[in-house]
Amino acid sequence: MNAAQDILHPQTTLENGLARLVPTLDPAAQGIKGLRRLSGGASQETWSFQMDGGQGYHLILRREPAAARSGGTGIGMAAEARVIKRVAAAGVPAPQIEHELTPDDGIGAGFVMLRIDGEALPHRILRDDSYAPARAKFARQAGKILARIHQSDPTGLPIPVLSPREVLDDLGHRHRAFGAARPVFSLALRWLAQHAPEPRAPKLVHGDFRMGNLIFGPEGIRGVLDWELAHIGDPMADMGWLCMESWRFGNADPVGGLGRREDLFAGYEAAGGDPVDPATVRWWEILSALRWGVIIEEMAAWVREGTDTSVERHVIARRASETEAILLLHLLEGAA
Amino acid sequence: MMQDQPSPNAILAAVAAWLRDTAAEALPAHARFEAKVAAGAVELVRRQIGAEPSESEEARMLSALVGDTGGLDALTARLCAQIENGETDLSTPGLSDLLIATTLNKIDIDQPEFSAAARLRALAQRRRGLP
Repeated sequence: MNAAQDILHPQTTLENGLARLVPTLDPAAQGIKGLRRLSGGASQETWSFQMDGGQGYHLILRREPAAARSGGTGIGMAAEARVIKRVAAAGVPAPQIEHELTPDDGIGAGFVMLRIDGEALPHRILRDDSYAPARAKFARQAGKILARIHQSDPTGLPIPVLSPREVLDDLGHRHRAFGAARPVFSLALRWLAQHAPEPRAPKLVHGDFRMGNLIFGPEGIRGVLDWELAHIGDPMADMGWLCMESWRFGNADPVGGLGRREDLFAGYEAAGGDPVDPATVRWWEILSALRWGVIIEEMAAWVREGTDTSVERHVIARRASETEAILLLHLLEGAA
Repeated sequence: MMQDQPSPNAILAAVAAWLRDTAAEALPAHARFEAKVAAGAVELVRRQIGAEPSESEEARMLSALVGDTGGLDALTARLCAQIENGETDLSTPGLSDLLIATTLNKIDIDQPEFSAAARLRALAQRRRGLP
């Protein structure tokens, strides 16, 4: 890759690289068109483009950003691709990977997958009339998909194994490394340590299963995206994260703003998931508020260090107070 | 010297309205989203400029709680250390009221519409004996 060209015209370099690549996917393809960066994805870059000629596939490139940033990191692109292939083979709705980038491709580290047609923007899914059927079945369907993820065989996947206590300790370290002194976080860390669940049979955990990472059609969930935080650990973690108040987008219903916990748990158990312990899910939900707060502190560090100067990141960096409000209410009232 | 009108509040309100209603409408999809985020950022700054200063009251409550004097940062770090070693918890008189007040001061500027902010305001009212 020509470094100077990459700095001056990064999109041209990427466009040329992808144009060279697509004939290996479909010999009849003559190049690409419609390359654009998609919003969202704070840690990985996501690009959309279409094969020009041949099958004309709509494709998504997911790749590592050029510059490293402070804070928690994912499992890496190669491991993420292996996780996606594994769960897709186990019947989880996940993207189909068409190509993993090699150094010869000259456009960084990542992979190309088929685009899943649908909607991922939470506000549309939560409000638009056309998604009413998907909303009605969401909690149960999410439970069923999570059961399938947790039943996938994680043998040999190059991803970390994390007990509840290790997840908590990691958050404590990241908070102290990148955040400010916050009495509410100190209280939450202590409460979580005193109430940590016993380790249960470890499973493949998605790690970021929430509105925004799920692609919807009117009929329901079509795909589960963003597997960069996959690990082996307590399967209840995925349910706690899904129920956390920040992912309800102003709605009252706890499961992604759309459903009841009872339906999530029933869907999970009906699909063969291990019996759900609501108290453990609740512990993970509290940890999830702290986790989102620590991620926000890391994003504030990106702003401070100049590695992300977008207006959006400046605004998100001011959202730690939302997690303090959630945690404080829990500590004072134990409220749902 | 007294500055002329309009006030910072009025100027920022006009900027936010322009970003949201005019600029956003004229921009392509992703930039439109960013213009709305920028309008929200201006509104946040406007709320912060308009807020009553609360830091001296917070420092007074913190001082009483940790039994020391000093700047806000040092007192807050001291309180966190006391919580982490178990010396102070929510049964300590004054801690709940301090944390409710400081969290509300922040979220009322950062995100007054967030769902948990309303519940925290209601809790603060009940603790003051109001209906």
